[in-house]
Amino acid sequence: MSDSPAHRAIDAVWRIEAPRVIARLARMVGDVGLAEDFAHDALVAALEQWPVSGVPDNPGAWLVAAGKRRAIDHLRRGEMLERKHEQWKAGMEDREDPASALADALDDEIGDDLLRLIFTACHPVLSVEARVALTLRLLGGLTTEEIARGFLTSAPTVQQRIVRAKRTLAAARVPFEVPRGPELAQRLASVLEVIYLIFNEGYSATAGDDWVRPALCEDALRLGRILAQLAATEPEVHGLVALMEIQASRLRARTGPGGEPILLMDQDRSRWDRTLISRGLAALDRATSLGGAMGPYTLQAAIAACHARAATAEDTEWTRISALYDALAQLAPSPVVELNRAVAYAMAFGPAEGLAIVDAVAGDQALANYHLLPSVRGDFLYKLGRFREARAEFERAASLTANARERELLLGRAARSRA
Amino acid sequence: MRVLALWYPEGDISAPTQDTMQKMGAFIQEAVKAGVLLDTGGWDPGASATVITRKQGKVTVKDGPYTEAKEVIGGFAVMRFRTQQELVEWSTRFVNIAGNGRSIVRPIADEPLAR
Repeated sequence: MSDSPAHRAIDAVWRIEAPRVIARLARMVGDVGLAEDFAHDALVAALEQWPVSGVPDNPGAWLVAAGKRRAIDHLRRGEMLERKHEQWKAGMEDREDPASALADALDDEIGDDLLRLIFTACHPVLSVEARVALTLRLLGGLTTEEIARGFLTSAPTVQQRIVRAKRTLAAARVPFEVPRGPELAQRLASVLEVIYLIFNEGYSATAGDDWVRPALCEDALRLGRILAQLAATEPEVHGLVALMEIQASRLRARTGPGGEPILLMDQDRSRWDRTLISRGLAALDRATSLGGAMGPYTLQAAIAACHARAATAEDTEWTRISALYDALAQLAPSPVVELNRAVAYAMAFGPAEGLAIVDAVAGDQALANYHLLPSVRGDFLYKLGRFREARAEFERAASLTANARERELLLGRAARSRA
Repeated sequence: MRVLALWYPEGDISAPTQDTMQKMGAFIQEAVKAGVLLDTGGWDPGASATVITRKQGKVTVKDGPYTEAKEVIGGFAVMRFRTQQELVEWSTRFVNIAGNGRSIVRPIADEPLAR
């Protein structure tokens, strides 16, 4: 895209409208890959016409109409398989005049198309990397380059992932629909997993020199907020949004002036974003008021909320956090949860209690190269006055992390671990 | 980037029409659904503003100042945008519904959230 002001303006419109345009076209043609191609053709048409004619009043409807025309051309030239014909006709006939129809369309219907698009992009038939790339591209409106930057990989790699994902969806004949019944829970779990994975990659970058890549957090938050509007009756959706809003509220406080990480208990709480905290607490209320037992995201949000509500680190309700971790360990047992549970227990009941939990999972293969295990164990040993052992643990943790900033922090603690 | 937008209507200020209210409601919903609008509100027309001024060390508190009726009408929004262009596009959509006036959109500092 050229850099003229008109083209930049169109780029902004495109990013806002693209997910809905692609979702709309995907329902018409029943294929996400083709829908994106047609949507892109519509963008090309907009780039030709809008600089002259001006941006239309309802750019989304304009883009859908242009995309649909392109789809019809495609159909007339017989460029696609016979079996698609009937499906397409059905999809197109239900909206005779897409421009006016879209303008009048119930909000719900556009929402349903978007929801279908989210479920399709996060379909378990795809690898997790493919789901992430496709979701950011189709629903986040991100370019291939932006996704590559976020995940520290190359643009061609991301491009290939997306192309392959679209092919896989077509080959598997994944229907463009929101799953129902028993399938819904499992498919929703996949959607939530993808969004949280994007968030976490931004929140605690697993590689590279930056401790955080906040743009990815913001992208994930947006996806979560959109999903919360579209699937408002699912408690775990609000649980995930609550978790992300509250965690994101600390983004500013997590990094020192030199880019070094600042741990939760040492953060300047006045720098926490109050708007995000209140949004997070409201989302948590929605999750719990929908009833039923708290799911894993809601539990984690409830834990995050304990920190958010504590005016000072000393005010933290560690016994409540310990109880919430007990529930989480029951529901979604994992060595990483045990590690966090150990930290909570150490704060609530003393480092010896924490150490006992850590030592129970220390042999777990899944944690063999996980830097947080020696890091947490080192912390407990340090607090118990076992400095020599603590030092060895911090050094081991430093050797395991791929994050340069975190390594510095750990080596600093190792150096301070002296009797 | 996180921004604070303040809306100052201009020209003929009559109560917004039913149509405008409806469009504004739909717009706000759309912005919330898109995840860009974090918080928003209009000034309470029944309440006056309070101005606290410090001049040469002396603090004064005043009601007002409403020199014109239009100053009762405005409002605010807290939003998050990825780019300057996105800011312009959403703000343009807003003023096209709200009518003549100025929306002053100020990015908030101390945010490591620029892409």
